[in-house]
Amino acid sequence: MFKRLIAVALMLTVALSLGLAGCAKKPAQVTGDLAGDQTLRYDLGVAEPETLDPHLQQGVAEFNVASQMYEGLTRMDANNQPYAGVAEKWDISSDGLKYTFTLRKNSKWSNGDPVTAKDFEWSWKRALDPRTASPYSYQLYYIKGGQALNETDPKDEAKIKQLSDALGVKAKDDYTLEVTLEAPTPYFLGLTSFPTLYPVHRAEVEKFGDKWATKPEQFVTNGPFKMTKWVNNQAIEMEKSKNYWDAKNVVLKKIIFNLIDDQNTSLTMWESGQTDLNNNVPVQEIDRLKKEGKLTTLPYLGTYYYSFNVTKKPFDDPRVRTAFAMAIDRKLITQQITKAGQVPAYAFVPPGIPDVDPKGDFRKAGGDFFKEDLDAAKKLLADAGYKDMKKFPSFEILYNTSASHKTIAEAIQEMWSKNLGIPKEKVKLHVEEWKVYLPSRNTHNFQVARAGWIGDYVDPMTFLDMFVTNGGNNDPAYSNPKYDELIQKAKSSGDPKVRVPAMHEAEKILMNDMVIAPIYYYTNNWLIKPYVKGLAINTIGGVDFKQAWIAKH
Amino acid sequence: MSIVNGVNPGVFGSLPDNAFEHVGPIPEEQNLIVRPPTTYWQDAWRRLKKNFLAMCGLYVIIFFIALAIFGPMLTGYTYFGQVLQDANKAPSLAHWFGTDHLGRDELTRIFYGARISLSIGIVASVINLAVGALYGGISGLVGGRTDNVMMRIVDIIYGIPLQLVVILLMVVMGSGLLNIYVALGLVYWLGMARIVRGQVLALKEQEFVLAARMVGADQRRLLLRHLIPNTMGPIIVTLTLSIPQAIFTEAWLSFIGLGVAAPMASWGVLASEGVGGLRSYPWQTFFPAAAISLTMLAFNFLGDGLRDALDPRLRR
Amino acid sequence: MARYILQRVFAAFVALWILTTVTFVLMHAIPGGPFTRERNVPEAIMRNLDAKYHLNDPLWKQYLDYLGGVARFDLGPSFKFPGQTVNDFIRRGFPVSAELGIIAIILSMAVGIPAGIISALRQNKWQDNTTMLVAIVGVSVPSFIIAPVLMYVFALKLHWLPAAMWGDWKQVIMPAVALALLPLATFSRLMRSSMLDVISQDYIKTARAKGLSELAVTWRHAVKNAIMPIVTYLGPLIAAILTGTFVIEQIFAIPGLGRQFVWSVNNRDYTTILGLTVFYGAFLLIMNLIVDIIYGFLDPRIQLTGRKE
Repeated sequence: MFKRLIAVALMLTVALSLGLAGCAKKPAQVTGDLAGDQTLRYDLGVAEPETLDPHLQQGVAEFNVASQMYEGLTRMDANNQPYAGVAEKWDISSDGLKYTFTLRKNSKWSNGDPVTAKDFEWSWKRALDPRTASPYSYQLYYIKGGQALNETDPKDEAKIKQLSDALGVKAKDDYTLEVTLEAPTPYFLGLTSFPTLYPVHRAEVEKFGDKWATKPEQFVTNGPFKMTKWVNNQAIEMEKSKNYWDAKNVVLKKIIFNLIDDQNTSLTMWESGQTDLNNNVPVQEIDRLKKEGKLTTLPYLGTYYYSFNVTKKPFDDPRVRTAFAMAIDRKLITQQITKAGQVPAYAFVPPGIPDVDPKGDFRKAGGDFFKEDLDAAKKLLADAGYKDMKKFPSFEILYNTSASHKTIAEAIQEMWSKNLGIPKEKVKLHVEEWKVYLPSRNTHNFQVARAGWIGDYVDPMTFLDMFVTNGGNNDPAYSNPKYDELIQKAKSSGDPKVRVPAMHEAEKILMNDMVIAPIYYYTNNWLIKPYVKGLAINTIGGVDFKQAWIAKH
Repeated sequence: MSIVNGVNPGVFGSLPDNAFEHVGPIPEEQNLIVRPPTTYWQDAWRRLKKNFLAMCGLYVIIFFIALAIFGPMLTGYTYFGQVLQDANKAPSLAHWFGTDHLGRDELTRIFYGARISLSIGIVASVINLAVGALYGGISGLVGGRTDNVMMRIVDIIYGIPLQLVVILLMVVMGSGLLNIYVALGLVYWLGMARIVRGQVLALKEQEFVLAARMVGADQRRLLLRHLIPNTMGPIIVTLTLSIPQAIFTEAWLSFIGLGVAAPMASWGVLASEGVGGLRSYPWQTFFPAAAISLTMLAFNFLGDGLRDALDPRLRR
Repeated sequence: MARYILQRVFAAFVALWILTTVTFVLMHAIPGGPFTRERNVPEAIMRNLDAKYHLNDPLWKQYLDYLGGVARFDLGPSFKFPGQTVNDFIRRGFPVSAELGIIAIILSMAVGIPAGIISALRQNKWQDNTTMLVAIVGVSVPSFIIAPVLMYVFALKLHWLPAAMWGDWKQVIMPAVALALLPLATFSRLMRSSMLDVISQDYIKTARAKGLSELAVTWRHAVKNAIMPIVTYLGPLIAAILTGTFVIEQIFAIPGLGRQFVWSVNNRDYTTILGLTVFYGAFLLIMNLIVDIIYGFLDPRIQLTGRKE
């Protein structure tokens, strides 16, 4: 399930170049011979993208289709830096509030129309219009007046118009876009490479209304590829767009997105040579695929963990929570169950995020917060009043219907029972269907629940702000004023020297209270045919085919 | 031709005259009928016993039930005991059926799974017979408007998305084997009801039913004594074929959360969990699937035997 | 007869209305909504979504609006796939599911019914036992096991057939076979059983005694009378299989209606749940009406209108 989550993405990530050295601003350096047929067949891992209207998208798979067709003001390079996309250059005012983008004159829509500043102004206003009901519109709340516009009553047309006109986005002329922000936001430039901030072609949207993004001939797009075919639940096909300003550096002629969600079917398709690229690998086959050298394991910015409900006995006591966290054998889980190179986790924020020093790593600097130690765990439990574990109250582990979550839950059940001496029948498993489980977790109707979180962007904040008091995703119902204060401090500053230490401090508090028991840091498993080169895959699941090519094979 | 007391008629001639004693009439035996009156069921049982394949089926089922009860004590493993280092091991002397993805003994898990799956099979059969056959029989026999209403109710239940019902049951009642029975009870009689109703519609116009009516059989007797026994063929087939479906439905229900909680697992759950690793660890699918198939084979032999045994036309 | 059909059609509409109502109540009674996500969106955005899809209207209004839509054959927009409608799903998915389903049903009847007849005529001989064994495997090994095994053998090892997807006839073979197995087994077992019943009846004995050939007896009398349960079974089967089967469509990546239906429940895509339920329900009611009419042709003695005592 976690793969389908919304990983928003400031694509500030370690973009990963396979088959060629990172040279992001330049076209892919094609080494060796090109195959005659430059067609890439990519198994999208879902049976149907929910929508290809970039303003309504919220999942990684959807983003990965849209990002081939569209281009924002910027794109992301391999060093996590935004570089010129539709915008040729930009100017940021000294107070960090005003951005002036100069658009390149040769950027064109796939029908030949020029891409203008008005397209962006109109598109962003559309994304924020409450009647559009964009689930990710909050990516635009950084713009002055954005949140107010989005929170207007959808029926109040006059007010929508008024707030829309006042919004901090103005097309000064066809090629100059001026953006005013609510507060200095160091990562705003990166955000402009994100789907919610893509431009959409006004004529089609107005002509076809709600249904504009459903037929290939109605897509007028400005990216390296354009859609030619969409057979629902089967395949999406794209061709290289002749009108793309950088077309000379796009090597692929055609991309076929195969829409398959069954993992074993995906694997069979890949192994029988019907797809080239697959990110939907069944865990049971990982051992074999590793042995046969077929698996590519990439870092993934996410943590798998167990939430404790801190308001319910017996897990309202941090000593109990810590003891339970200490009694899980993570190495055994990652080596024998998940198997794909996941890393045992002893903290919440995963590796792969820069520290104060951009070359450093937040996780390395923060270190681990606890060790697996059964004696210490038993001592903690005794201190908490549980001397005889046979008398420990019975409790339930909540997980959602999925074979892999079930396996891990069974292993942890056994570990807690065996390692802490709690009678088997007192550690219960409770499975719920996905949309039953989510409200249970969110309304704190559980004792221990499995959970996972993939970063929205490459910053510790995407993990840490979950647990502020009454936070929307604060499932453990944790509340600590000191913690809230540190998060607020980090949020209100653009200076790494202020925010990063504050976040380190906050994570330490979180882990001292052991609100969650981290299990492992995710990895991203790919099956890539050796002739597919020049892929850029980032640590939050995004993939860019602009520079990809097929080697002779 | 056999004679009372097994005396061979051929030896009469060589006997002395005083070999027999005159006993006269025995009043208390005068009204005795030689063949004891057998009920329909005794008769059926007598005929079933003569059917070799059917009895094999019965013994296999009894054997499986015995394994379900006593098997777990024999393997030396528990259904929950994990040895993660031994995960996904192929069948060996230590683990006859191999181990699962958590290093648990597959054989022991299959023995435990038999408890759930066999009980599901039995419950599904009972529901089919007690609810389905009766409901369909009544609908067909009464006919007309009653039939229209009763059958539309069946159609409505057919039409309601089962997944919605199951999720609601799960939320309201939680998990447990009993809830599986309830879920099965809600739907696992519809096909049977339709089949029986169709047969009864045709049968009730036949001569033997008219004859039974003529001698004053009431509706109840007509249904239970004449119509349903004459529908035994399709009933048994529907019954035996619906059991595996019930067993796999249980796996799906357990997956959604209605069934017994992990680590306990039924055959259906074992098979569906194994299928993900079909290529790397085929035994994890093969053994539970084989257990289900064998049981079904046994049920079918028994079913065929029962069909013959219960067929009133074969009652001589 | 016309009067009876009229009665039935009326009852069907009532049944459809009850079905819609029960489903409506059920889907609103279970936890989770179409916009429940792991990442909770801010409240204002949730309000916008609810407003756009009229989920902030009182339930009774949503219900009446929906019924109004159904009356106009408009099943509403999908919540999960913005821009698409439930009518789109049916228009696209039904032909695919139906094509696969018809092929599977023809296959299962073409094999299952003769197999059942032969079984009955050769009771307890090898033909009978083989059929039985195949049938048992057919029902005991479910499609979620059969399908990957087929795929492994014929796509990956032998390279005879494409693994999955939909388009040309080669992609129909494996799913059709996997889908046909269960009805095939059922047909053969049902046919065998009712043939055995019929064969032992007096009128067959009479026919035989009159010197009719074995073949003529089988065809003219036995099969015609034995086919009743098959017809009964076919009604709901056609409705179910032609509207799509989740497991098969999922494994073979077929763009049918069966998957759409299961997703709709998983996603709480309210309009799609209701729309597909209504569609399937109407189909089922029609099929069962046809079945009852066929009864009358098969056995003219059957009186559906009830008996005056």
